[in-house]
Amino acid sequence: MNAVLLAASRVSKSFGGLRAVQDVSLAVEQGSITALIGPNGAGKTTLFALVSGFLRPDEGEVLFGETRLAGLAPHRIARLGMTRTFQIVQPFANQTVLENIAVGAHLHHAKRGDALERARAVAERVGLAPQLDKLAASLTIAGRKRLELARALATEPKLLLLDEVLAGLNPQEVAEMLPVIDSIRRGTRDMPGVTVFMIEHVMQAVMNLADHVYVLANGRLIAQGSPRDIAHDEAVIEAYLGHGTAERLKAAGREQ
Amino acid sequence: MTRSAIAIALFAIVVALAPLVVASDAWLNFIVLALFGALMAQAWNVLAGFGGQFSFGHAVFFGTGAYAMAVLQVRLGVNAWAALPVALAAGAAIGVFIGALTFRYGLRGSYFALATLAFAEIFRILANTFQFTGAGAGLQIPLTKSPAMLQFDARTGYLYVVLAFVVAGLAIATWLKHSRFGAWLQAVRDNEEAAQALGVDAYRVKLGAIAISGAMMAAAGAFYVQYLHYIDPGLAYGPHYSVEALVGALVGGMGTVWGPVVGAFALHLLSDLTRNAFGDVPGVNLMIYGALLVLIVMFAPRGLAGLFAALTAKLRGSK
Repeated sequence: MNAVLLAASRVSKSFGGLRAVQDVSLAVEQGSITALIGPNGAGKTTLFALVSGFLRPDEGEVLFGETRLAGLAPHRIARLGMTRTFQIVQPFANQTVLENIAVGAHLHHAKRGDALERARAVAERVGLAPQLDKLAASLTIAGRKRLELARALATEPKLLLLDEVLAGLNPQEVAEMLPVIDSIRRGTRDMPGVTVFMIEHVMQAVMNLADHVYVLANGRLIAQGSPRDIAHDEAVIEAYLGHGTAERLKAAGREQ
Repeated sequence: MTRSAIAIALFAIVVALAPLVVASDAWLNFIVLALFGALMAQAWNVLAGFGGQFSFGHAVFFGTGAYAMAVLQVRLGVNAWAALPVALAAGAAIGVFIGALTFRYGLRGSYFALATLAFAEIFRILANTFQFTGAGAGLQIPLTKSPAMLQFDARTGYLYVVLAFVVAGLAIATWLKHSRFGAWLQAVRDNEEAAQALGVDAYRVKLGAIAISGAMMAAAGAFYVQYLHYIDPGLAYGPHYSVEALVGALVGGMGTVWGPVVGAFALHLLSDLTRNAFGDVPGVNLMIYGALLVLIVMFAPRGLAGLFAALTAKLRGSK
């Protein structure tokens, strides 16, 4: 087993009467792609916000490497080496693609020239190189998703939190993105590999990429394991398809 | 970066040589006041155009710079040249003070604008109250007409002083376009949450911007005192210069390097033309001035600089 890069232990968060995340513990191993799945409203994005400092947990603790993250502001956590993307893309709309990515690159490069050079290299890596001088607002949804990924990658994180970077893409675009995410994890000659923790609904991606999957439903962790295990887990099938479904599927299987 | 430096140098040379061509005091006065407007518009532009924090009370910095200059000279006998950096620092300090109170509690948009307006009013009332600041009667600085006291016989001297400030303002705006601080500031303007996710300390960045903006606006206030030798609470902290600063930047183009300069010159030209044409009937010049302002904002929401960029893009496209 590899070292654990991110560990949440017994994290909870409520909004008024709504218990969005309850008693969730999970671990993301160094060098892995770990997926977080679950039906809509399960609390996945809330959990990301808790981990990345945008929300403060009511209870529980989050460890990034050896560092306790409780109470740290988002920019401090980004400086430690954890960068998140947003499910609803948040480009700096009036700036060019290059300028957008350079904001991320500036985290570790004070000089403008260095940051721009870094931004170009990252754009190349995620396939945005032909669109560097376009305004972010003029990109297609697929382009914006790539930009969201590029900007986060430009901060040179140890851990990337990807919130549905494949949502809204057509099958062709998804197929193009899968090797990009895989190569981010593996790293290239001049860029070290990055551990990835991703929320994803596109099962093709989860099955192909993830080493380990956590399943969240109604704010609770209901299953974890390899993608294959998860696909056959009764609790998971019921969470997605409704109570009693697993039983009925089994019955249907026996009749045949 | 080098091209921008050349453009700024050319502008400085052309304006500096203007007194050789236009000898009349009226024209020199026009240039001085337009540059004075450009300085204020650039100050506002740093915070609002680059930082997205709209202030309705930039007079708070203007008045602080003006009063620092006047009080130091009149009450404490400080030399004007020595008082000038203190006035700038006072503007920056008031900026940090207001920024710390507003940004820490996440005031944005119209809430921030209203808070700045309130601060300007508070300072106006304070200046009106204390004998130290001359209360309602204001402060008159002694007339010496000596460059050693930052006063000049001819308008040319004042022109060079305010030109130096405007050039410094252009240099600051250019720096914002090509630096890490500027990139962070514009990121905060466009999307504060996304900027934070990328490691930007939005609070610090906004504090830096309001400090720079405050110092620049204080420079305008300090210049005002030296040029007109008098300040009172209404002039210093009233809404007039808050509005002039923001209108100049809006008309010229926010978040651009040259917009505030273009806007200030256009506005002063417009104001003088309407006054000359309709000056006999009181108020008509202001009505026309107002109507033209509305038209500019309606049809060139990105300002004259934006209009110019759109036109050149069109011309290039049709070729």
